[in-house]
Amino acid sequence: MTSSLVTARGLTKKFGEFVAVDAIDFDVAKGESFGLLGPNGAGKSTTMRIVGATSQRTSGDLTILGMDPEKFGPQIRAHLGVVPQQDNLDMNLSVSENLYIYGRYFGLSRKYLKTKIEELLEFAQLEEKRDAKVESLSGGMKRRLTIARGLVSEPEILMLDEPTTGLDPQARHILWDRLFRLKEQGVTLIITTHFMDEAEQLCDRLIVMDKGKIMAEGSPALLIKEYSTKEVLEIRFGSERNSVMANQLREMCERIEELPDRILLYHEDGEVLLEQIYSAGLHPKTSLVRRSSLEDVFLRLTGRTLVD
Amino acid sequence: MSADNLRRGSLEIIDSKKIISRGSLYVAQARLTAMFKWIWMILAIAVANPVLYLLSIGVGVGAFIDKNAGPAGIDGVKYLTFLAPALLATSAIQGAIDESAFPTLEGFNWWKNFFGMNATPISGNQIATGVFLASFVRVVGTVVIYWFVMLAFGALESSKAWLAIPTAVMAGVAFGSITQAIAAQIKDDNIFFVIFNRFIVMPLFLFSGTFYPLSSMPVYLHWIGWISPLWHATELGRYLTYGHAMTRDMAITHFAILLSLLVVGVTLSRRLFTKRLAK
Repeated sequence: MTSSLVTARGLTKKFGEFVAVDAIDFDVAKGESFGLLGPNGAGKSTTMRIVGATSQRTSGDLTILGMDPEKFGPQIRAHLGVVPQQDNLDMNLSVSENLYIYGRYFGLSRKYLKTKIEELLEFAQLEEKRDAKVESLSGGMKRRLTIARGLVSEPEILMLDEPTTGLDPQARHILWDRLFRLKEQGVTLIITTHFMDEAEQLCDRLIVMDKGKIMAEGSPALLIKEYSTKEVLEIRFGSERNSVMANQLREMCERIEELPDRILLYHEDGEVLLEQIYSAGLHPKTSLVRRSSLEDVFLRLTGRTLVD
Repeated sequence: MSADNLRRGSLEIIDSKKIISRGSLYVAQARLTAMFKWIWMILAIAVANPVLYLLSIGVGVGAFIDKNAGPAGIDGVKYLTFLAPALLATSAIQGAIDESAFPTLEGFNWWKNFFGMNATPISGNQIATGVFLASFVRVVGTVVIYWFVMLAFGALESSKAWLAIPTAVMAGVAFGSITQAIAAQIKDDNIFFVIFNRFIVMPLFLFSGTFYPLSSMPVYLHWIGWISPLWHATELGRYLTYGHAMTRDMAITHFAILLSLLVVGVTLSRRLFTKRLAK
């Protein structure tokens, strides 16, 4: 088997006339942490369901672990751990029963599961909740349980669809920490997110998707280097004056983006640029210098922000 | 984190062949685990239901009917004996509806746990079969308990009476499998059960020759009996528990109709489960 665990060529999914995934190509290597980044409706979740071997593609070629999901769905799914966007735990069962029953779906033995469940409860910090009904858990706990459940079979590939959407900042950081540990252990991760910081934290390499197509591909650092400047200066003149001022500032920087509430100026050195603006006699109400992020890459590629 | 250091990986620990052959049993195990949380409730219903019905209608209403019917009785027997097989089949059907409709609506609409199951090697066919098997277990339990209560009430007169157990179970799971197939199609379930219970289950219960012979209803209502699994199971039950007159061909017809409903229901729900999950 090649080192590529997933190979997609011309992968397409249509729902009637609507093209959800439009002839995309990508590879996921063993041990890699691969991200699909894009706004809601970009085709990420559809791509995940196809790679998860539950939804069938309309056309194109797809190989997962050397097999075609159209013919070997169950055999492929035996080696995937899937964390869907929406938790779909069995609410009839307790926390530990959810792990046990899910393990049974993989044909795992009672003996194996007994020790595995203990490890997973520890991993998900749910030891004290083992006998609790799933319904009584907080959003963060449910999410951690869903992730733990996805790990019960020691999958070759762990697929996470928007793993931290809807979580508070603390819960997100706990989750990132857990995912980072998995990555260190060599688990291949495929993650979709519309959070830039998440993609930068967790992904070795990613594709930026919009309207079913791949807009760019590379490591977060490479994408930023390629599609943005090192720094960004964000300034506000007040919503009425922003567009007038933007025209004056256009020549002072490499690129400029006008958003409804602020202006983004792309420049290698934000502080230097800000000084130039002041010397030109302009006085923005607020100013902020920050490093370029994937958000800027996305804005550049699509002309839109990620979270509308 | 000791566990993850000992990670062997799914390629080593998972046997896909085993899952392909036994997957539906794992699903049934999940359903039965859930069911067992309510075991006392299920048992209480299974016992209280026959006791209350047989006592109030079978014995209570039966006393009036038997007095008016004279020594010939209803269909040659006490009203209790006449009524009991119909109630036996009714309880089988009610249990089967509970265990088919609710898990299916939960799995697809409320909690979406079927999608979680389907992300494992388990297929749509196996989920449908597993839900059916668990419902089957519940129906067998309900019917056996009911049968023993009938025995205690002295409502069983034939040596073949025990055969009414499989025919009632058959009616239950046949109805259940159809319900399961319908529930798999439901996206907005707010009105589904209201319609289903009031306009399908209730009329079938009332007009399937349950409380009086189908033949005493106007001819233009007889079709309800013919399309009703309850009537076919009731007829068979009466034949088996007290020797209600029936030709061999008729017995085979009743049985064949129940069997066909079961085959259609199971086939259809397997297909519809797979289709809905693949979207």
